[in-house]
Amino acid sequence: MTPSDRRYTETHEWIKLEDGVAVVGITDYAQEALGDITFVDLPDPDQELEQDQECAVIESVKAATDIYAPLSGNVSEINEALEANPETVNEDPYGEGWLFKIAAFDMDQFNDLLDAADYEAMNEEEDDNE
Amino acid sequence: MQTPDNSLSITCLHQHHVSFGAKMVPFAGYSMPVQYPNGLLWEHRHTRTQAGLFDVSHMGQIRLSGPHAAQELESLVPADIVGLKPGRQRYTFFTNAQGGILDDIMVTNQGEAGLLLVVNAARKQADLAWLQQNLHGSIEYLEDRALLALQGPEAESALKNYLPGIEDMRFMDACSMNWQGVELWISRSGYTGEDGFEISAPAAEASTLCSQLLEQDAVSWIGLGARDSLRLEAGLCLYGHDIDEQTSAVEANLSWAIQKIRRTGGARAGGFPGAERILQELESGTANTRCGILPDGRGAMREGTLLFANAEDTAPIGKITSGCFGPSCERSIAMGYVPTSLATPGTRIWGEVRGKRIGAEVSTLPFYPHNYKR
Repeated sequence: MTPSDRRYTETHEWIKLEDGVAVVGITDYAQEALGDITFVDLPDPDQELEQDQECAVIESVKAATDIYAPLSGNVSEINEALEANPETVNEDPYGEGWLFKIAAFDMDQFNDLLDAADYEAMNEEEDDNE
Repeated sequence: MQTPDNSLSITCLHQHHVSFGAKMVPFAGYSMPVQYPNGLLWEHRHTRTQAGLFDVSHMGQIRLSGPHAAQELESLVPADIVGLKPGRQRYTFFTNAQGGILDDIMVTNQGEAGLLLVVNAARKQADLAWLQQNLHGSIEYLEDRALLALQGPEAESALKNYLPGIEDMRFMDACSMNWQGVELWISRSGYTGEDGFEISAPAAEASTLCSQLLEQDAVSWIGLGARDSLRLEAGLCLYGHDIDEQTSAVEANLSWAIQKIRRTGGARAGGFPGAERILQELESGTANTRCGILPDGRGAMREGTLLFANAEDTAPIGKITSGCFGPSCERSIAMGYVPTSLATPGTRIWGEVRGKRIGAEVSTLPFYPHNYKR
């Protein structure tokens, strides 16, 4: 099930508001498509992000996939535990497998993101087109 | 056989893969299983600890026969084929007039039946044409045979239940065996660095054979994804990536596959395309060398990554030809070409990954020790 307590992007990131910052991760659909994750290259702490810029990379044995900043803002924290245990993104994509947090973001950008129902509908359409 | 839209060929085990939930991808004109539901890491580790079953039926099987087959083949490859004893297998490569590699192949002396060649899927039509153009003896493309690989420390025990006597084979031995009235051609070899076997079976019987092998707990299907990470950990070349028509066997660090008898001073020295370059390089060395490369950390340094002698340099010294996370090494591993002067293990070099210079160390190969039964 797609958690309804957060928003989503068309590029399969999720964004959850928590204590005034936006926590970012990838969806269960995305981790399933990527397969076994072997390395996560996260943005630098304090890095300034423009919405939609490539800001992280998730690698499986076979491929590298770009992660796009879902919001403009500043990176306030990165999930350092992923350095040693990147497989956490596969095991718990909506929880312990979060990637980074964004502070000082624009609430209007957040409100324009997909909600869980829209995101699920988009994936169903994508699967139908395959 | 073809996929329903006729865009890809399929192997005789296609239905088997689909029913096991494989993710099928296009590879060398075939629809092939890249991984099964357990995933690439699981499949890789399973092969290193138990036994992995691979469908490699997309590869070409060609038989050469006639009284002069071995002499004739020696006109196209730099290996000692005349001296290859019946029941033995050897790695070699077709060279071109410039000394580059047209394909790397396995040759088995099947005794009176002739020589069995196993060639890469993407190269089989070109290889066949090359053989027909250059040889006079019989050349038979064996379209109706499947090729399986059973690899890993449990491969022998899994196979000997069906094929008693298999335990007496050594690395690179080959034989013909009877399994339930069906003739199988078996060699003790593979592409994972593990002990194991390759089994050529009539296409019509392959599915039944696989089902029997899979009845054993130790045996699982393994996809092409893990096949690639296993061969890279074992330091083995992938044609079209680590070696191609431009690379010579000497710079590719494959001189070990050129036996003394084919080298300068040997009884059958030279006599293969590009011999001049290759024999010269064996004497005087090459400007560049294929070597192992250990990038710092877990991030992959993939094919095409440019390499530098210093973190600040602008002129590259070489590039990566294969690279991924090595599941058994638990770190990033790669192979590539660097100037021979920098190919000494321990030399620090840098690779440019997504605009950042990442440190790396030149290393010996393999990354994961071979486990062959010699």
